[in-house]
Amino acid sequence: MRHEVRRLILLLLPAGIFFAAFFLLPMARLFFIGGSGKTGWAAYAAILTDMHYFSSLVSTLGVATATTVATLIISGIAGVFLQRHKFPGNGALVAMLTFPLAFPGVVIGFMVIMLAGRQGLIGQVTQALTGEKLVFAYTMAGLFMGYVYFSIPRTILTVMAAAEKLDPKLEEAARSLGASPWRVALDVIIPGLKPAFISAGAICFATAVGAFGTAFTLAAKINVLPMVIYTEFTLSANIAMAAALSFVLGIVTWLVLAIARTAAGSTVAAAG
Amino acid sequence: MTEASKPLAIALENCAKTFADGTKALEPLDFAIEAGETVVFLGPSGCGKTTTLRIIAGLEEPDAGGRVLFDGEDVTHLPIEQRNVGMVFQSYALFPNMTVAGNIGYGLRIRKTPDAAVKARVAEMLGMMQITKLADRRIDQLSGGQRQRVALARAIAVRPRALLLDEPLTALDAKLRDTLRLDIDKLLRSLGITAIYVTHDQAEAMALGDRIVVMEHGRVAQIGKPREIYQRPATRFVAEFIGTMNRLTGTTKDGVFACSAGSLPWAGAPATATEILFRPEDIRVAESGEVTGLQGTVAAAFFLGDRTRLFVEVGEARPLVIESTARRDFSHGEAVRLAIDPRGLLVL
Repeated sequence: MRHEVRRLILLLLPAGIFFAAFFLLPMARLFFIGGSGKTGWAAYAAILTDMHYFSSLVSTLGVATATTVATLIISGIAGVFLQRHKFPGNGALVAMLTFPLAFPGVVIGFMVIMLAGRQGLIGQVTQALTGEKLVFAYTMAGLFMGYVYFSIPRTILTVMAAAEKLDPKLEEAARSLGASPWRVALDVIIPGLKPAFISAGAICFATAVGAFGTAFTLAAKINVLPMVIYTEFTLSANIAMAAALSFVLGIVTWLVLAIARTAAGSTVAAAG
Repeated sequence: MTEASKPLAIALENCAKTFADGTKALEPLDFAIEAGETVVFLGPSGCGKTTTLRIIAGLEEPDAGGRVLFDGEDVTHLPIEQRNVGMVFQSYALFPNMTVAGNIGYGLRIRKTPDAAVKARVAEMLGMMQITKLADRRIDQLSGGQRQRVALARAIAVRPRALLLDEPLTALDAKLRDTLRLDIDKLLRSLGITAIYVTHDQAEAMALGDRIVVMEHGRVAQIGKPREIYQRPATRFVAEFIGTMNRLTGTTKDGVFACSAGSLPWAGAPATATEILFRPEDIRVAESGEVTGLQGTVAAAFFLGDRTRLFVEVGEARPLVIESTARRDFSHGEAVRLAIDPRGLLVL
């Protein structure tokens, strides 16, 4: 029995060391630095009371949520379609969709500017059509577009792998009971893809919360937490506030991932 | 609640199926299924039986020129969701995200049946299939036999016009298969529903079918009542696929069939018969003192309790199979004299 316990501790040691060195210690340090500034622990309260910080927290979570939802809808439909219908060029299309995986955020930001910026394609088209130039690259909408673009490859492959495992007989059974294609999607396909949606969505959300490069490139009117942290740290030299914001960003993301994992765990068990 | 809906007559006219890759799954088939009848499509895998079922169900469309008629009405291009047929699959195909009761009530909820009526019907189905205490279970908590009962209940709950079963017992172990086969038989009789049953298991086909359609390579080999198929097989394929068939080769002369096992007097023998076929129950080990011209040696003997299955070597490619009810032991290599009932002889 004692031998067994020793063996388990030994096996847990690598993960334990890694967890302590790269998560527990820095997080603890960050937490205490956050309370070491001029205002002390009030820095944490300021995140909720100071409108500047609070609105950036809300908009960060908002754009991350919107990105996740939009990405899942697009990847869900495209992933199932690409898995079900093999046509000439199918492989090339999948490869193209997964292309942005390799791009740094700055490149994504640049592409958004080329599309929706002042000299962008959308601007030119809308000018020609309505006489008014539509420019949204430097706003939350631009950031949202960039995030969706680089989130799709991360989710579409997961969705395709899950779609391959869906049992076509389940859909046939639902149809035999009178379900329309829409009901089949709602009652069979979406529940079947739920575990994939949850795990892919969690990664998508976490990436969108923490992404910096794209926001930095589009800067101007964008007020998201990674940008605020950067400004506090480099321009205002308010290291304590930057630390407090980082800590909260980390905790919130971790919480969302933990909730998603629990939800995914229970659906996986239910799917048996 | 009653099962008032009138049973459905189904007709297939010139139904063929060629898949996109050019595989011919089904040769043109004309076949009528009477209202309330249980028809079993029987054959080895790839014979076209499942394709036929899927055409009837509306999961596949026949090639151009084929028609599917429900009570005379052309439903060829009607998708399955509008045909109101119940389906039961080999893999059960139960919805993992719903409970047992949720699965059974699904079709009714799709039809926007009032909650109270759904509940009553689900309770009735649970009772009929003797799974009332499983109502709130998740699907992954059920055994294979329980799952298939739920699948049957789910298919019947919506009062379908016909019940289509695709190898429903194949995934179950032998003992469970026997029990559930009996239950399905009772169910089909009590509902009086038109049922189409696909299987590769000839025992299932014999037990359940009012008529059996034996298929081979996308073609119908024979259609008939189980007894006809068994006793009067139309082709060698049918003869060998259904049950066990013994074979002797030889020549016929003056009402006597002569072969390597000896000679067999056969009054009605066709003069050209060079091969005779017969079932294990039409041959037996002769009593001592009985006059017979046939003999062989025991190659293997398996005592099964109620009978002994003997494999008797007679110099043919395959040994003869004999089901002996004699209360005695047989030893390997023992010489036995054999008696054949000429009434069971077939020439194909």
